[in-house]
Amino acid sequence: MNLENTKELIINMGPQHPATHGVLRLVLEVEGEVIKRCIPYIGYLHRGVEKLSEDLTYVQSLPLTDRLDYLSSMVNNVGFCIAVEKLMGIEVPLRAKFIRTILSEMARICSHLVWIATHALDIGAMTVFLYAMRDREKLLELFEMVTGARLTVSYPRVGGVRCDINEEFINELSDFINKFPERVEEYETLIDKNRVWLKRTKGVGVITAEEAINWGLTGPTLRGSGVYYDVRKFFPYDAYDMVDFEVPIGKNGDIYDRYKCRMLEFRQSARIIKQCIEKLPEGAILAEESPKIRMPSSPLKIDKNDIQFEIYVEDRNIEDFIKKFTDVYASVEAPRGELGFYIVCDDSAKPYRMRVRAPSFVHAGVLPKLCEGALIADVIANIGSIDIVLGECDR
Amino acid sequence: MSGLIKIFDNHTEAVEVEKGVTVVPAANTIITTIDKIASWGRRSSLWPLTFGLACCAIEMMAAGASHYDLDRFGVIFRASPRQADVMIVAGTVSKKMAPVVVNLYHQMPEPRYVIAMGSCACSGGIFNTYSTVQGVDEILPVDVYIPGCPPRPEALIEGILNLQEKIKNESYYRERCLSGVCLIENSKFGAKDESHRNSEEIKR
Repeated sequence: MNLENTKELIINMGPQHPATHGVLRLVLEVEGEVIKRCIPYIGYLHRGVEKLSEDLTYVQSLPLTDRLDYLSSMVNNVGFCIAVEKLMGIEVPLRAKFIRTILSEMARICSHLVWIATHALDIGAMTVFLYAMRDREKLLELFEMVTGARLTVSYPRVGGVRCDINEEFINELSDFINKFPERVEEYETLIDKNRVWLKRTKGVGVITAEEAINWGLTGPTLRGSGVYYDVRKFFPYDAYDMVDFEVPIGKNGDIYDRYKCRMLEFRQSARIIKQCIEKLPEGAILAEESPKIRMPSSPLKIDKNDIQFEIYVEDRNIEDFIKKFTDVYASVEAPRGELGFYIVCDDSAKPYRMRVRAPSFVHAGVLPKLCEGALIADVIANIGSIDIVLGECDR
Repeated sequence: MSGLIKIFDNHTEAVEVEKGVTVVPAANTIITTIDKIASWGRRSSLWPLTFGLACCAIEMMAAGASHYDLDRFGVIFRASPRQADVMIVAGTVSKKMAPVVVNLYHQMPEPRYVIAMGSCACSGGIFNTYSTVQGVDEILPVDVYIPGCPPRPEALIEGILNLQEKIKNESYYRERCLSGVCLIENSKFGAKDESHRNSEEIKR
């Protein structure tokens, strides 16, 4: 073979590719099957959420946060609400905190189920997809029972949650949670002893602890490298300081360890939900000073130009409550990592600037590092293991 | 068993089982029009393109998975546009993504159909911003609109059934794409035969 005439080949992967989890585009410079350079292009799902929220009041921005990380919309809502609560100085009732924690952990399980389904499907284990979606469907039913929506819930409110959970929901959730650890074992029996899976994950896509910190990774991607960091433990919000749970960490920082971390998180989430159900206190679900929207008196009278969704708190405008010209940052532990909301406010009821610190955006940046020197087939495994959602990445 | 077939085969009278479909058991024959046969084939194996854009793609995935099981309608997701019949635009089409969507549409073989799934694909939804296309019908001819944010899997199934209904009444012979108009310049993607919904020639 004449090697002098060979040259590097540029392969375009995405934005339409079943394994890029949305609309990520990678440009790969390959030599044979080894990747020399990998450039991720993002922005194919840029919807201008941050800009849009500057035009909406604090209460109205809530549904936009659903569509950031659509696999765990509940966690996004909670993150946004916590930021606004911090801004307005609202204390959330205890029951609402517990309900939020329960639903956040349900969202985490949902999100990880989609992750295991698609990640395994990409690497070649088809059956896991069908098993994981079966369990997810049950969880979505439970979501629907409380919130009325399957995916984009918009359930929490600034100062609490929208409606209370009932006995029926708690019973069904307990049933599910009791059975769930068995189900996780079921997935593990499907994957863990699969030689193809082990070959493709062990020792592939290694991120050392130091690199992980330097790249700003969070969530299971960071913990897989053996770094102990979890927003739920370090900066507790909602009811996380009132329940007992462990933060699983990995050792080698390869795809297998990140996978293991998430599998252990399934069990911890189930544990948190169990404790929350036991400790669930009685009481109010919405703080008294939570902002409400003053709607037009009759829906028939709505005139498009005349509509005023001013928000108020006990007959006072919301502007009185906001600490003017300040900024807040509140972060939550989303299934993908630390999800932060940074809000700068002026003297109006709308944010001057809302910035979302999306874990997927940070994680997409580590892809070139992971892929360089790897094989083309490993790109898919790497994308799956850092678990990015493009809605959140591009915003 | 052989006796039964014999009796049935002796039944020489033609039976009209459905409007336009006549069965002659003795001759082991079905008499129908080619339109019926073609549309039967087309609608019974609608293969959509695995093409997730945003949130709706998750519901599309859920519809294809174990609980809702789209396979029972002959709907099997294909990863390549060359093997696909229908494109389910599931999610927000941003302006950066629009040329890619059109390109994929042109890569699909005729006859091809488009389902706009979700508010974003139907009308832009809540994202009325500088970066989003306000409805995929601005760039592609859409056959079925499914509202919802995101629509439930049942809604997607309903949409697919509606599309099957639409194909059922279609003519076999389609010189050009009858379903509508493609607004992004066609020459760029090598599709010169794209037609207009309002074209006089087609209406005739």
